[in-house]
Amino acid sequence: MSTALAQKRGLGAAIWDYLTTVDHKKIAQLYLVSGGIFFLIGGLEAMLIRIQLMQPNSDFISAGLYNEMITMHGTTMIFLAAMPLIFALMNAVVPLQIGARDVAFPFLNSLGFWLFLAGGLILNCSWFLGGAPDAGWTAYAPLSATSPGHGVDYYVIGLQISGAGTLIGGINFLVTIVNMRAPGMSYMRMPLFTWASFVTSNLILFAFPALTVGLFLLMFDRMFGSAFFDVGLGGNAIIWEHLFWIFGHPEVYILILPVFGAFSDIFSTFSTKRLFGYSAMVFATVLIGFLGFMVWAHHMFTTGLGPVANSIFAVSTMAIAVPTGIKIFNWLFTMWGGKIRMTSAMLWSIAFIPTFTIGGMTGVMLAAAAADYQYHDTYFVVAHFHYVIVGGVVFGFFAALHYWWPKMFGKVLNEKLGKLAFWPFFIGFHLTFFIQHFLGLMGMPRRYWTYQEGQGLDLGNLISTVGAFLMAIGTLIFVYNVIYTAMKEKKVSGDPWDGRTLEWSIPSPPPFYNFKQTPLVRGLDPLWIEKQDGKTGMTPAEPLGDIHMPNGSFLPFLMSLGLFIAGFGFIYQVDHKGWLALVFIGMGITLGSMLTRSLKDDLGYHVHKEELEEGGGNHES
Amino acid sequence: MKGWMGKFRMLFLFGALSLILSGCGVDNISALKPEGYGSELLFDLMLISIAIMLFVFVIVMAIYTFVIIRYRQKKGQEDYIPKQTEGNKALEIIWTVIPIILLLVLAVPTVQATFDLADNSGSEEEGAINIEVTGNQYWWHFNYKGQEISTSQDLYIPKDKRVHLTMKSTDVIHSFWVPSIAGKMDTNPGDNQNTMSLEAYEEGEYLGQCAELCGPSHSLMDFRVIAVSQEEFDQWVEDMKNVDPEAQPESDVAREGQELFNNNCMSCHAIGSAPAGVGPNMTNFANRSKIAGILDPTKENLVDWIVHPDEIKPGNQMPSNLVNEDEAEKIAEYLLQLDHTDVTPESAEQN
Repeated sequence: MSTALAQKRGLGAAIWDYLTTVDHKKIAQLYLVSGGIFFLIGGLEAMLIRIQLMQPNSDFISAGLYNEMITMHGTTMIFLAAMPLIFALMNAVVPLQIGARDVAFPFLNSLGFWLFLAGGLILNCSWFLGGAPDAGWTAYAPLSATSPGHGVDYYVIGLQISGAGTLIGGINFLVTIVNMRAPGMSYMRMPLFTWASFVTSNLILFAFPALTVGLFLLMFDRMFGSAFFDVGLGGNAIIWEHLFWIFGHPEVYILILPVFGAFSDIFSTFSTKRLFGYSAMVFATVLIGFLGFMVWAHHMFTTGLGPVANSIFAVSTMAIAVPTGIKIFNWLFTMWGGKIRMTSAMLWSIAFIPTFTIGGMTGVMLAAAAADYQYHDTYFVVAHFHYVIVGGVVFGFFAALHYWWPKMFGKVLNEKLGKLAFWPFFIGFHLTFFIQHFLGLMGMPRRYWTYQEGQGLDLGNLISTVGAFLMAIGTLIFVYNVIYTAMKEKKVSGDPWDGRTLEWSIPSPPPFYNFKQTPLVRGLDPLWIEKQDGKTGMTPAEPLGDIHMPNGSFLPFLMSLGLFIAGFGFIYQVDHKGWLALVFIGMGITLGSMLTRSLKDDLGYHVHKEELEEGGGNHES
Repeated sequence: MKGWMGKFRMLFLFGALSLILSGCGVDNISALKPEGYGSELLFDLMLISIAIMLFVFVIVMAIYTFVIIRYRQKKGQEDYIPKQTEGNKALEIIWTVIPIILLLVLAVPTVQATFDLADNSGSEEEGAINIEVTGNQYWWHFNYKGQEISTSQDLYIPKDKRVHLTMKSTDVIHSFWVPSIAGKMDTNPGDNQNTMSLEAYEEGEYLGQCAELCGPSHSLMDFRVIAVSQEEFDQWVEDMKNVDPEAQPESDVAREGQELFNNNCMSCHAIGSAPAGVGPNMTNFANRSKIAGILDPTKENLVDWIVHPDEIKPGNQMPSNLVNEDEAEKIAEYLLQLDHTDVTPESAEQN
């Protein structure tokens, strides 16, 4: 299949190639581009929020539109920016780090991406079709269940479809990491990023179903007349809070753990040192993942669960600080005695430590259940979770992108521009959010469209808005850097950072089959071990032979397209039953594609030994 | 401050911390200027947690600063390969055990305070003041149990006395927050009623806010807690019980306004001790410090509000243009003379 396609040239061929690709490296690029665009959209929404709050009693945007902004900012950043960027990194790096030629289920990998994109597009279509969801990204019932218009319907359908994609992606990486490791790559030799991806995939597997259930209940309440959250008919509104946070709390660890893993790899590489306390780091990662399921009710201290439940969840939440602290100290001691190279990737990582420590500290403060009666739903909370999510996840993305960019695209992002982007973003971030701790305690609740004069909140909000503009400038410089690097920078070798792990043992960008011969892993930091023994690359674990590769397929795109169409049918059939036609058309496309996939054998193809010997057997060129 | 907490406060760090923090914000609004039982207890808990966290932060930052200065690659080090340390058991035990101890130190007062604030036993006692708080889009209603007093938006309490609240909502979830004297608690729809208590140490007018997203006018759902002396409170109770909902106003305009109010507004609003309606109870309206929670109590503002409520609080239930501007002026005249007591927000401030 791919041989035939390779004959076609030009833009059309390139688009077709990406629509049908099952190559994890190209799927990583798809995730990166779409996640990046959603990140910019979410950022734009944040800027509008900050402009509205720049001065008291402002009416830059209306109250209703403001609620749509905060809802879409949160939803976009978490589900449509952070999640796909996590998957971009996992796709780009995990198979390479474990010495695999692809993920376990390449077809599902592609399906996961297109489902995510379909869901994300549905959600954002709401802006143009009568208004976005406006019940907050947490969509608490009954506000969400009774919100007029179709906004929340878009939220429900959009997240349901993209959530299915995420779940599929998580299962895929779970199986990949369990089954596809190269010979010698035991669990306790896996790089920390792979470990973190493994734990994150587990969290996805167990956390997302809770969201799925919650969304189905909300969908039936809104579209089919059920009353799960309607107290007037015997429902219970609090159930939504539980379902949402049973998903929602693990979700923040789903986001943070992979970047913890990335930081571990970065600190180790740029300190030219083995990761300090490797087994403790693995243990801490697993423990954080495990405890992440025991703490959801700390989002609900003021819901009225009573002092016993509040105390239990307070203590379990505090417990998470211990493994997180272990990680911070291990990172510090990885650098201790090392040789720190201050690259852009390292700069973001170094900035992450104090920032995330502050976020962790305010996390412990928030865990003190009674004190949360003051913090809850104020700007203190807003400051806290931006310190961990921006200071952790976003700093982590910037660091990881600088670090793995050469592996993904063959070029190092311009270092000067990288540092130029860092400083305004870093300073702007602290300007924006540090003051918000105080704003919250001074009496400013979260999700406030405006505030009154004379409450002492004016200056703090102004500072916060100024900081937000600096962050925007930093982001734009980074985007410029990406374009500049693509146009002007030169190709680099496969190992520009003096790397330690398997991904640096192959060319950049890697050939589509990754490893010509599966490498033999002799310990933690396998490439480093070989380098210390005076070798330039990995010792192969097998003789050169035919490589079996999967065929590309258009079906994942079609399946997602079907659900995209059906989604609109579900949303609008409330107004007129005629819209059910869209449901039948859409589901017909999806189920038809599934049937095709089931009935038609697709055995893939082989890259022959001779082609590999010739020049890498590069089908694509 | 009593007991061990009092001793803690003696410590210099706590003194300094509390001094710095209490410089933040405006009196009667800020949680950092505690003026009641709940807020003070919580402020102390905050100070403990901040002190512990600052201790950890200083240590982390000391190591951090040392490491990035000392171990940064220097000229001529390009080929140097550092020692590949695997780890250090003793260090790892230290940074596991010490945080556990620090967290236990924090966990004890946390659990204590959580149970303390949940203790509602005083509500059964004789003479206890029990108030039913109802959150509505976008206003608050207060029912004094056993007293036949209903008010909206302004909650009068006596100072230095624990007042017990039971809380519910008629529509979506709201959260009742008075930062300067207590924490917050959600008001849930249905049977999930919550309880909390209020106690103000000083007389004053404290700002209350809604802290759970409840719709477009979430940020405009302000209310006031007015703490007065016990005598003034008793007086207020007496006056409230004796409100005559049908009392004739003195001026002609106000009388016309009463007529208009009865014909147009009474299906939702009430005056006197009638149970909560669809809209706020108008008893003692002339003594409200704000109209609709946010507007200064001038006649112009009130007319504006009566005619165009949706422009001021988007998404609220009150219909726009139910009466014309002339009629609204008369209604305003009537409402602004509903002065049912001499105990007003000013009486709380005079002391």
